Amino acid sequence: MISAILLGFLFAILLVFAGKFFKGKFAVLSSLIPLGLFVYFLQFIPEIMEGNIVKESYNWVPSFGVNLGFTLDGLSLLFCLMITGIGFLVFAYTSAYLHHHKYLDRFYGYLSVFMAAMLGLVLSDNVISLFTFWELTSISSFFLIGFNNTQEASRKSALTALGITGLGGMFLLAGVIVLGNITGTFSIAEMLNMSPELIKGHEYYTVAVILLFGAAFTKSAQFPFHFWLPGAMKAPTPVSTYLHSATMVKAGIYLVMRFTPVLGGEEIWNTTLIVVGAVTMLYSAFHSLFRTDLKGVLAYSTISALGILMFLIGMGTTESFTAAAVFIIVHALYKATLFLTTGIIDHQTGTRDVTALSGLRKVLMPVGIAAIIAAISSAGIPPTIGFLGKELTYEATMHAPIIATILVVGIVITKILLLWAGFVAGIKPFQGSLPENLKDTKMPGPFMWVPPILLAVLSLIFGVMPFIIEGSLIKPVVSALGGEAGEIHLALWHGFNTVFILSLVTIAVGTTLYFLLKPSAKLETAVGKLESASPKSLMEKFNVGFTYLSSFWTRVFQNGYLRNYVFIIIFFLIGMVGYTMIGNTKFNIDPSILSNVSFYELVVFIIMCIAILFTVFTSSRLSAVVAMGVVGLTICLVFVFYSAPDLAMTQFSIDTLTVILFVLVLYRLPRYLKIQDHKMRIRDGILSLMFGGLIAVLALEVLSEPVNTEIGDFYAENSYIMAHGKNVVNVILVDFRGADTMIEISVLTIAAIGVFGLLKLRLKRTDRVQ
Amino acid sequence: MEILLAILVGLLYASGIYMILRRSLVKLIIGIILLGNGANLLIFLLGRITKGLPPIIPENSKVFLEAYADPVPQALILTAIVISFGLQSFAIILVKRAHKVVRTDDLDEMNATDEDS
Repeated sequence: MISAILLGFLFAILLVFAGKFFKGKFAVLSSLIPLGLFVYFLQFIPEIMEGNIVKESYNWVPSFGVNLGFTLDGLSLLFCLMITGIGFLVFAYTSAYLHHHKYLDRFYGYLSVFMAAMLGLVLSDNVISLFTFWELTSISSFFLIGFNNTQEASRKSALTALGITGLGGMFLLAGVIVLGNITGTFSIAEMLNMSPELIKGHEYYTVAVILLFGAAFTKSAQFPFHFWLPGAMKAPTPVSTYLHSATMVKAGIYLVMRFTPVLGGEEIWNTTLIVVGAVTMLYSAFHSLFRTDLKGVLAYSTISALGILMFLIGMGTTESFTAAAVFIIVHALYKATLFLTTGIIDHQTGTRDVTALSGLRKVLMPVGIAAIIAAISSAGIPPTIGFLGKELTYEATMHAPIIATILVVGIVITKILLLWAGFVAGIKPFQGSLPENLKDTKMPGPFMWVPPILLAVLSLIFGVMPFIIEGSLIKPVVSALGGEAGEIHLALWHGFNTVFILSLVTIAVGTTLYFLLKPSAKLETAVGKLESASPKSLMEKFNVGFTYLSSFWTRVFQNGYLRNYVFIIIFFLIGMVGYTMIGNTKFNIDPSILSNVSFYELVVFIIMCIAILFTVFTSSRLSAVVAMGVVGLTICLVFVFYSAPDLAMTQFSIDTLTVILFVLVLYRLPRYLKIQDHKMRIRDGILSLMFGGLIAVLALEVLSEPVNTEIGDFYAENSYIMAHGKNVVNVILVDFRGADTMIEISVLTIAAIGVFGLLKLRLKRTDRVQ
Repeated sequence: MEILLAILVGLLYASGIYMILRRSLVKLIIGIILLGNGANLLIFLLGRITKGLPPIIPENSKVFLEAYADPVPQALILTAIVISFGLQSFAIILVKRAHKVVRTDDLDEMNATDEDS
């Protein structure tokens, strides 16, 4: 399995080197990769049908308990087949759609990275690797949406999509970590084996659920995060087909399905899913009425379909799981078909404006057949699988655990509106008379029109013979979700009951609506006025506000004045260290360990205090430097008093050198400026004194703790025995820590080179400020 | 004496920070030097001070016969003094050079980039 996932990544790397080959007439060969994977996954069907689960595991980061585990069960298999199957068609379709495009190789690269990441996502058993693949899909989606990177709208949509799905990725990471803490494992299989009460009763259960929902709702474009998906339609149509309708947007659905047996069944889980799903499906189905761009119609109906899926999973019954599983297949088949036919229309006529398109059946007959079958399936008219999906959905909704009647009304309205959307996208462009300007429209090559036909035919075959998918796909999915797979029996004819009546009502009302309400630009602009209250513009306003806040923050804290930075750093240091020390400071130094103060020391202390104050307050630079020299020399005396002859010598020579250097340079500098006002000086003075006081108190606190001289004792004992030197400080420097000293010397050398360079540097006349 | 030294360390830190907060480049360097001295003294103090017992093994012995000052803080400080000299000399020359080019000692005026002026 791991090689199946890696194949896509390897192909993407290969494209870096062999891009030219796949850009030309051999482009279609790249579709062999998803085809091969599709066949590979097909052969797992018998095993999965028997109820087995295929597992693989590799050590990844064993120290963190992160293993690269892969599991293939019914749910994964359904997604794998969709990813590779539709992937195959899309790869082939692209070879004609972007024929001889300058960056076709890049496109295939992104696409195969996406495919590999998506496979990894649905096969991962480890939640950390699931998260990694999840992010990879977001990133490849970003590149694909922004593929036409010369257009501003594309770049903007790509950023919006990345922002929203990236936010979701963060939720996912936090969610799986919380989940890992609750269960003590990162493996989904192990989570499934735990007793559900243990997880659901945990105090962080709600947190984990909310975080996972955050991830799923952003990825699967649920209200109010749905707005990135219509924007993502800026991508070339194959991308919309593949990522933003059939696979990637279903990752959120997958996530929720995957965790249903682990976390599902609680009220917060079910109610949230039902409510969010219902709002999404109604809101966006309604919105699709106001679009004139074919892809816009399809985008909103996709969001609506995703809402239906969330809604169905939320009900948590075997019936609803079955309906969801069937509807995933239904939707993938008809929506991909419609996207592909829309792409053909766009490619051949140059427009996607549905008000300008009609009568295309005369020039694009095979495409029209595919589109009409898809539209019928989307409307849920027999004998397509769409009918089956709709019946199951109605059946499940009628038995919903809460407010079943209201939900039934909601789902029926949604289905009516979706029927309208499907008809507009699949039938409207092909009916009526052909306008003059579209007379010359030509049929595209077979690589473009065969994929939608194949998908449409599958819609029909599965509809007539639902037993093909019943045992192989639907039952394993339902049992992976924790439903009773034995109860499932798919059939086109369910008998004449309430569900059938609802179906008839849907079809009748929807068709009437289709004939009454035509998509028009007027309506689109009318609804556009409400845009200012939509989540999208709220998000944009939030972004603008956030930018203002950031720049305000930067102006205040990052204003480019060194002393301001120092001030803030010291201020917070005092605040935080001081806060910790309040109440923890004991002041209990044992007086017996303190050494006595002799007369000389007192004198040194007084001299140093005076010198420091003089350095700070003198208005002459020369006296400041001299006073600083005095400070250095008194420190030198302290070293002499307290048994540090080497330090005293070093301090003495260095201090002298510094003062000399300073004086040499000083006469070239201007006098001190008296710029700062009193207030500033007092403010800085208070801060400095507080800081100094803090350090002094800290020092005294440390002195009251016992000291560890183990290291010093080691050096002292071994100084002569091992290194044959009697001055221990010197021995440490040149022997025990000789390498450090050598590096120190190199640092000094670098400084010396720098000084030399600065002194010898001759500026050109133009560089000087006159 | 420890208490007096702690006060000195505090005073050195305070004066160092105060000088760094001024606008003059020369004061900035003086501030850094004072701060460095304060840090050295702090390490010295925290390593515990011992009077008249340098960490030097007596002439006719291979090991210490009596108590001695801890050599580790001393080795650390020695390194610090030398390194800070490297820093200081470079900074001083840099100030000189910068002054020659921009003709100011005021940090705020140096802040302006070419576009601003």
